[in-house]
Amino acid sequence: MQNQLDSINPSETNNWARIEESAHFSKMLKLYRQNKLGSDSFRRFRLQHGAYGTRMTDDYAMVRIKIPAGEIHPNQLIKIAQLCDSFSIGSAHVSTRQNIQLHWVVLEDVPEIMAELAKVGLTTREACGNTIRNIMCSPLSGVCTNEMFDSTPYALALAKFLLRNPLNQNLPRKFKFNFTCCEQHGMARIVDVGLVPIINKSEQNTQQGFKVFLGGGLGNKSYVGHQLEEFTPIEDLLYTSIAVIKIFDRLGNRKNLARNRMRYLVHELGWDEFKKLILKERAIIRVTQSIITNITVNHHKHIQNIPKFNQNTNLDSLAYTRWLKTNTIKQKQQNYYSVFLTLEAGDITSDQLRHLANICEEFSGERLIRNGFSQDVVIRWVHQDHLQMLYSKLISVGLSNPGAMTIASPIGCSGTTSCNLALTNSHRLAKEIQRKLLTLKIDQDDDLKDATIKISGCPNSCGQHEIATIGFYGGGGRSGKNMYPIYQMSLGGRSDDDAMLGVNCLRIPAKKVIDTILKIISIFKKDKKPDDDLKSWINKIVNEKNDTNIRSISDLKKLLLPFTKVPDKTESSDFYYDYGSFDSYHTRTGKGECAA
Amino acid sequence: MKEETLSNITIDPNKLTSEINDHDTRIIDVRSKSDYLQHHIPNSVNLPLSKILSNDSPNHLLTLIQSFGIDDTTHVVVYDNTFGALASRLTWSLSYIGHDNVSLLDVTYDKWQSLGYETNSKIVDFEIKKHKLNINNSILSTINYLEQKINDNKTVIVDNRERLNFLEHHIPNAINIPYKMFASQNKILKNPKELKQIFENRNIKEQDEIITYCGSSGTLSGLAYNALKSIGFKNIKLYVRSFKEWRQQNKKVEKQNNANYWDLSAE
Ligand code: SF4
Repeated sequence: MQNQLDSINPSETNNWARIEESAHFSKMLKLYRQNKLGSDSFRRFRLQHGAYGTRMTDDYAMVRIKIPAGEIHPNQLIKIAQLCDSFSIGSAHVSTRQNIQLHWVVLEDVPEIMAELAKVGLTTREACGNTIRNIMCSPLSGVCTNEMFDSTPYALALAKFLLRNPLNQNLPRKFKFNFTCCEQHGMARIVDVGLVPIINKSEQNTQQGFKVFLGGGLGNKSYVGHQLEEFTPIEDLLYTSIAVIKIFDRLGNRKNLARNRMRYLVHELGWDEFKKLILKERAIIRVTQSIITNITVNHHKHIQNIPKFNQNTNLDSLAYTRWLKTNTIKQKQQNYYSVFLTLEAGDITSDQLRHLANICEEFSGERLIRNGFSQDVVIRWVHQDHLQMLYSKLISVGLSNPGAMTIASPIGCSGTTSCNLALTNSHRLAKEIQRKLLTLKIDQDDDLKDATIKISGCPNSCGQHEIATIGFYGGGGRSGKNMYPIYQMSLGGRSDDDAMLGVNCLRIPAKKVIDTILKIISIFKKDKKPDDDLKSWINKIVNEKNDTNIRSISDLKKLLLPFTKVPDKTESSDFYYDYGSFDSYHTRTGKGECAA
Repeated sequence: MKEETLSNITIDPNKLTSEINDHDTRIIDVRSKSDYLQHHIPNSVNLPLSKILSNDSPNHLLTLIQSFGIDDTTHVVVYDNTFGALASRLTWSLSYIGHDNVSLLDVTYDKWQSLGYETNSKIVDFEIKKHKLNINNSILSTINYLEQKINDNKTVIVDNRERLNFLEHHIPNAINIPYKMFASQNKILKNPKELKQIFENRNIKEQDEIITYCGSSGTLSGLAYNALKSIGFKNIKLYVRSFKEWRQQNKKVEKQNNANYWDLSAE
């Protein structure tokens, strides 16, 4: 283990850390405990440094480790494993925004964690609070067969530029950037700033640049982003980013907590007006700030050659083929594959993190892993001759579940496992759905593959339910004196180039969610035309373009109505408990810090 | 003087190697008999911890150590292969019956081996010696003692189980310092500076009375006991029957309510 920790050359790795921030945190925490620092000031400070509050308690924090572009090195995985064991619950959590989170950390231990993370170049700085959050980049950037060029170096360079930048310390609200590889993989349209790399070819020259989408986002009210202009050349990436941040900083709503994301500003001003402001601001920045605003883009990438293994593996070939089909994807580089590991709702044990570090050293040509967009991790640059061997390794460490990139890997936010605002245990529900769908081998059905299931534990959308083919958000239902967990279902959400938000369908009691999903699948099977898949079929229904028996949401509702029936408590007490709980259900929330 | 007591809590492999053939030093291996029989540190004797846990009367332990040729002046060194927790439990028991000249090997047996230190499978016998019995009740917490201290703000009750177990239920007013916080990368205990930091961060002071406990037999909390001793805390007690007894006697417990934290665990 020691060797591995030493084997990474720090110059190869981006160093995001500042060692002195740990001692500073410790000092501020003491002042707070001695009542010399008000709880609001401390809270702001704590969030700025990546420590969230935890459900129903002030003694614990959730520590969010920022992983820019999702890139994480083996020595960092091992460090995180140690931290999980010492200070958290023995597991870490991979979030939908490529962060890694440690839950149920004693607040007093946060400085220790920060100090340890700094040793491997990681930071929690600006992972929460009203700052620019982790800059995301598609896990396939650099290897995607559809992409025009690799946006990773730009994502990293922008992250470097913005981290601890005074521009970004007190925004009206959190602010998010997503880079994608192509239109299909990524979430450019549901984020404050989304960037899709494109190449502009004219007769004279070819130019790299981005399609920039502004003002999208999910939440109590969700919006799809607007494209700023046909083409934003690379040279304008930074100017544009700064212009958007500045306009938001200046005009964003600082009073109304519910309407302070940039999408509301765009909505209130109107897109044309907003766009005018941005372009004007950018022009000013371009002439006034050209010197200080260079970003360093590092295009250097070393791919190591991995010797061929000559061990033979004894594999269950059916299981292997199944995994191969759903969890691997061909790279644009010949003979290489990217391998997706599904985790149950993003959870991974400390031991698995250690194994993952070894596996990454052994199999990944780039010797790092990328966190994905769906609470998953991706090992890239795996030579096709090594896939079998890799699979057998993954089996031995419990990371070989099939069904990545299919409907069988649902997303669930943390819900009542740790989030203060949660109304239901969305986290566990996602796990239950996954287990059921894998048992039924639903991941193997090509008709279902592109559909997604995403679950949030409250209307706040951290589980991204609005962009799911079948989405759910939690709430409380009431029957007489008794309460039970229930989910609002939405259908037809998507985040690709036809991005739209799901349309509300029925409210489904928690314990009926799985049955409802299976029923939707069986209705689809009966109703579909040969070319339909579940995603396109549902899209036609929500847009009322289907011309079979199920033409609209209300047709579907009629068939699903039986699942909304509420049994008497004497007849079915289980119905009244949430997943993972044997106490009568009641909604309880604490003060929100929006654990997005 | 202080330096001396501090350095006595643990002993490093180098120093132990120099004492292996020393008549005044006795090495005790608390692993299972079968592990011991395969190989062990030269000149060590085997006392599987289970033997002590199944009969923890002071006289039983006294007879055993006398049979290993330990008298009141012998320097006893204990090791295990379970991050120091089992060894810690024995060192505590030895202190309890009045034998204070005892140290923990500061690495596990696996580490000892991987560092290339000597092992063999020779069984050694020692002449029986006499040892006085001198019970030290000041390092023991009984259930009744602990119960009185629950609401005493000069006493800190420390639960050394893992975080999820603690959240699920614990002795009222206890704080949680999981045993895994004490180890460093290579040693069973972090260096004093790092250990001090853990307690300082929690505003726990050297003069405070500390009672440590864990799941059932005082092993994980035995490690905590030694960690605290190694940084100069003087008033430490081990609640040796730990949470198991507390539960069996239906004492009041506290839990973290309204949160499904177990579902966050990947296991
Ligand atoms: S605030 Fe976010 S994480 Fe918390 S329950 Fe709601 S959607 Fe889930």
